[in-house]
Amino acid sequence: MNPISFATQMIRIAIPYLFAASGGVIAERSGIISLALEGFMLTGAFSATLGAYYSGNPWIGVLAGIAGGLVFGMIHAIATIRYRADQVVVGIAINLLAVGVTRFFLKLAFASSSNSPRISGFPARLSAHGFDNPLLWMGLLVTPALAFVLYRTRFGLRVRAVGEHPDAAESVGIHVARVQYVAVALSGMLAGLGGVYLALDQHQFTDQMTAGRGFIAVAAVIFGRWDPVRAALACLLFAAAETLQIQLQGNHVIPSQFVEMIPYLLTIIALAGVVGRAIPPAALGKTEH
Amino acid sequence: MTSATSPAADRTQPAIRMLGIDKSFGPVRANRGASLEVMPGEIHALVGENGAGKSTLMRILGGLMKPDAGKLEVNGRDVTGWSTNDAIAAGIGVVHQHFMLVPTLTVAENIVLGQEPVKSGMFDYQRAVADVQALSKETGLAVTADRKVSELSVGEAQRVEIVKTLFRGAKILVLDEPTAVLSPPEVKELWGVLRKLRDAGGTIVLITHRLDEVMDLSDTITVMRAGQTIERLKTSATNPAEIARAMVGREVNLTGRDAEALSATAEFMASGTTPPSSEEYSAALEVNDLVVVGSQHTRVIDGISFTIQPGEILGIAGVEGNGQTELIEAIAGLRKIESGSIRISGHDVTDFQVDERRGAGLAHIPDDRHRRGLILDYSVSDNLLLGLQDEFVSRRGVLDANRINENATKQIESFDIRPPTAALPARSLSGGNQQKVVIAREMGHEFAVLLASQPTRGVDVGAIEFIHERLRAARAENKAVLLVSAELNEVLALSDRVAVMYRGKFAVVMPAAEATEETLGEYMIGTRKESAA
Amino acid sequence: MTSRFREQVEEALFPPLVALLVALICGDLLILSYGQSPASVYRLLLEGTWGNAYGFGQVLYKATTLTFTGLAVSLGIRAGLFNVGAESQLAAGGFLAALVGLGLSPSIPGVIGVPLCMIAAAFGGGVVGAIPAFLRVKFGAHEVIVTIMLNFIVLAFLNWIIANHLHVPETLHTPEIHTGAIPRLSQFIPGFHGSAANLTIVIALLAAFGVWFFLFRTRRGYELRAVGLQPDAAEYGGIHVGGVWFRALTLSGAIAGLGGINYVLGYKHYYEDGFAGGSGFLGIAVALVGRNHPLGVVLAALFFATLSQGGLAIHAFVPKQMVEVLQGVVIIAVAMSVPEVRRALRSARRPATV
Repeated sequence: MNPISFATQMIRIAIPYLFAASGGVIAERSGIISLALEGFMLTGAFSATLGAYYSGNPWIGVLAGIAGGLVFGMIHAIATIRYRADQVVVGIAINLLAVGVTRFFLKLAFASSSNSPRISGFPARLSAHGFDNPLLWMGLLVTPALAFVLYRTRFGLRVRAVGEHPDAAESVGIHVARVQYVAVALSGMLAGLGGVYLALDQHQFTDQMTAGRGFIAVAAVIFGRWDPVRAALACLLFAAAETLQIQLQGNHVIPSQFVEMIPYLLTIIALAGVVGRAIPPAALGKTEH
Repeated sequence: MTSATSPAADRTQPAIRMLGIDKSFGPVRANRGASLEVMPGEIHALVGENGAGKSTLMRILGGLMKPDAGKLEVNGRDVTGWSTNDAIAAGIGVVHQHFMLVPTLTVAENIVLGQEPVKSGMFDYQRAVADVQALSKETGLAVTADRKVSELSVGEAQRVEIVKTLFRGAKILVLDEPTAVLSPPEVKELWGVLRKLRDAGGTIVLITHRLDEVMDLSDTITVMRAGQTIERLKTSATNPAEIARAMVGREVNLTGRDAEALSATAEFMASGTTPPSSEEYSAALEVNDLVVVGSQHTRVIDGISFTIQPGEILGIAGVEGNGQTELIEAIAGLRKIESGSIRISGHDVTDFQVDERRGAGLAHIPDDRHRRGLILDYSVSDNLLLGLQDEFVSRRGVLDANRINENATKQIESFDIRPPTAALPARSLSGGNQQKVVIAREMGHEFAVLLASQPTRGVDVGAIEFIHERLRAARAENKAVLLVSAELNEVLALSDRVAVMYRGKFAVVMPAAEATEETLGEYMIGTRKESAA
Repeated sequence: MTSRFREQVEEALFPPLVALLVALICGDLLILSYGQSPASVYRLLLEGTWGNAYGFGQVLYKATTLTFTGLAVSLGIRAGLFNVGAESQLAAGGFLAALVGLGLSPSIPGVIGVPLCMIAAAFGGGVVGAIPAFLRVKFGAHEVIVTIMLNFIVLAFLNWIIANHLHVPETLHTPEIHTGAIPRLSQFIPGFHGSAANLTIVIALLAAFGVWFFLFRTRRGYELRAVGLQPDAAEYGGIHVGGVWFRALTLSGAIAGLGGINYVLGYKHYYEDGFAGGSGFLGIAVALVGRNHPLGVVLAALFFATLSQGGLAIHAFVPKQMVEVLQGVVIIAVAMSVPEVRRALRSARRPATV
């Protein structure tokens, strides 16, 4: 097995995870359970496809994709923060909604129930192993950027305070809801970017193209214990397992289904605390405080 | 931040003036026409029992809540209905009973939160640390800026809370039950800090229900009861008994005291707390060297031993928060014990679960009927079988609706629960009738030992007399009763023997006949001590 | 007492009605975006579902599975737990039912084969439900995340078995079961011909009745609801909260697993990879809209089944995916209005209670 090709393939697989998991980290650190990453990604991918198709410019696609993720992020935020709806229910509903909305408008825009026409993407020259795709670089930079925001800025400090002890934050005059709105909106945009990457990388939108990647990102957030860097490492680990499985295909060493289970099994083990308990932000999921 | 508006220079104008404050939460009226006046540069004690409305009043002062009616003035300025930020800007600093600190953040991060120093777009952590260290040095309040709050002791965390308010330029400091979790040396240290702050011109409001603290520290006192302000006193011109009377307020009928029962147990009582070994086996409840450890690794029950004979009421007096709740919960099986043993009618139940202890003859009126004693969304009839559900099964685990209804009809009648509608959810009953449901359930079936914790709290006068009658009747039927009450009068009126709990121990155990409010009061506030075995 | 009953009904009915209104408005917009008339599309939707025997049969078939998964989710919620794993519990139940149906000899009559397959289905779902239950009680691992993660694990595992060991060549399904088939309704009512509706619907209704009876008439049900409403009071009443949680999630899984027979025994007579097709997730919506009451669950299952079948009826004019959008809208709208309605009703009543 060629280590270079392994690394490049792993990174390409990891990019959508990195975007979505970053979104998950920021939302959950603010105290809002983030199960809608899958839906944010899917809308991001579809909006990007619309944007790129009608403009012919992939950068318009990027902006459209971010906007798509933002819209769904705001639906999530309004339902859970303003109306205090159950965060788990809303997260799952947004995933269902995203499947429905993208399918409906796929049919409306492109008269297809499976995929969009080919769109322009970023050049993915094989010689450079796809590394001249700007989204790829963005995906690699999103982790340090998020870590910086979370640990080095005023906003990040407030996010951490709000997710851990909203009453304490409120008692010093911080607008808890406002911080959470911004965090969930960011989460929608970041996860949306993960979807944008998929659509532009494959030069089209296909029905349910995110295929559970949003949930792998959820697993990475928990396995990474709600820390941007550790979550990113979890994304790389999960991507490495997938790459290994792809590159070993035909050797029948491990069935692909068992490789698919790895992120989820690791997450359950982490939650059960068999090797160092994963402890979520204290106020995660609390609708009343 | 410093407040630009009129500093507390004018010694004749109150620093805080609250008038006719009303605040309701649903049907609960936490404040009804409460008032408070605090002069600048004084330590003012705000005292009252749990639920008297002290914390609500202070939340309104701190801008966390808006009053339904009334007026709030700070330094002569009408600031009714202001926000947290307004209150902070005007120099109000509140140290809450449950610390408002984020455990995962450092001391410095917590102190500057909401007013973070920023340098070129970034949070300037070094500056925050430097500021905190400077403030710590200036005030003499030792805090380590770089440590995580989760690693701090309670005393340290409290210092952080005070520094946090001072960092925001607080001139008026409100402390809500600051000593509830502190060890004696920590309390002493806190007193020093507060006196120093007062001498530097600060105004301090101390919420507490420990009268020793009030006498020790305060200049003036406001007593609250049932959401109202009862009295405003000068500390130098009052005494604990007067304050306690104002706190408790209502006189409990003492004439119902059962003289025969007293004399019947007089012989036993004379033997004090160590009954002869032959009597040990006849004890209905026997607790030996019980130790319970609290969340802060402190011994909330610190080696308590006692016995209660059938037909005896042992009353436990004491200021709330001295371990009474923990004692009751440990006996009921709801709280893990560190060491010691518990026997009911001679059977060792130390390792028993809650239901097994009930099976051994324990009945329990818990102090919090809304959290523990009732399932508020269950009907009265369903609540009347909580804990007894096994006894209402007809066959194969199916509940026997007829017997449940019969039981409800019977209990509603014999305990005079109103309205007499079994299908009504417990939530919609008045406090007194909710409590009657609990009492009907616990006393309406066979038991040997009754734990009665604050049995008349939040209950109207008629219901109080009714409940007292029931407790006396239980004694007459040879039951053993452990009564915990914050109402000294109640303990004295009902008990055969009285124990005073102070900081996890029995400060004294004496026959009720020999006890007076004055002597018990001294044990309660810790000014008189006697080692009770 | 009657006014109390009215309040309960109001609190239960308002959120779904609000949601229905919001969904209708969204539906109008979607239909208009496709250049069709909302009124005629809605008429078509109703005609294609409740308006003819085949459509109605399909609604009943879909509602059957949703009743099981909705009951499963609502039972968990009654105990204060959120079972997001109905999807994989349903699949595991269907798989084990098929396995037993394949393993038994064809000579075994249905009266024995069907119950055996049903037990297998409940067992399969129950095992998948018991894992998060154990992890919750023993380690405090949050059941929401564990059940979500288990969905992927169980479905991948079943996919592996089918793809590698049990499939009919060129398909992703098992061979047909030898015994245990449940008759279709069309055998009794010819009008249902062609629809998948089968006698499993009777089992679903019995299950709904059983859950109601369990919750409101038995000691265990009394304890389960007590734990869900006020765990501290339940503990005070001598109820073992951990034990109740374990039984509740396991039973919840078993009910979802039992739902697998609708497809496996009643419709196709084999297990097919991916047959659950989101019915487990929709069970959350059914429980939510049905307000965790068995009767509400049955009605909500009919509602969501109507939407889903109605999508096919309107497909010639508006893409059937419209109903998927509406499903999502209904769930979000109900989730948003439940706390609002409760608050509004409580504050409107306040003067009376003071």
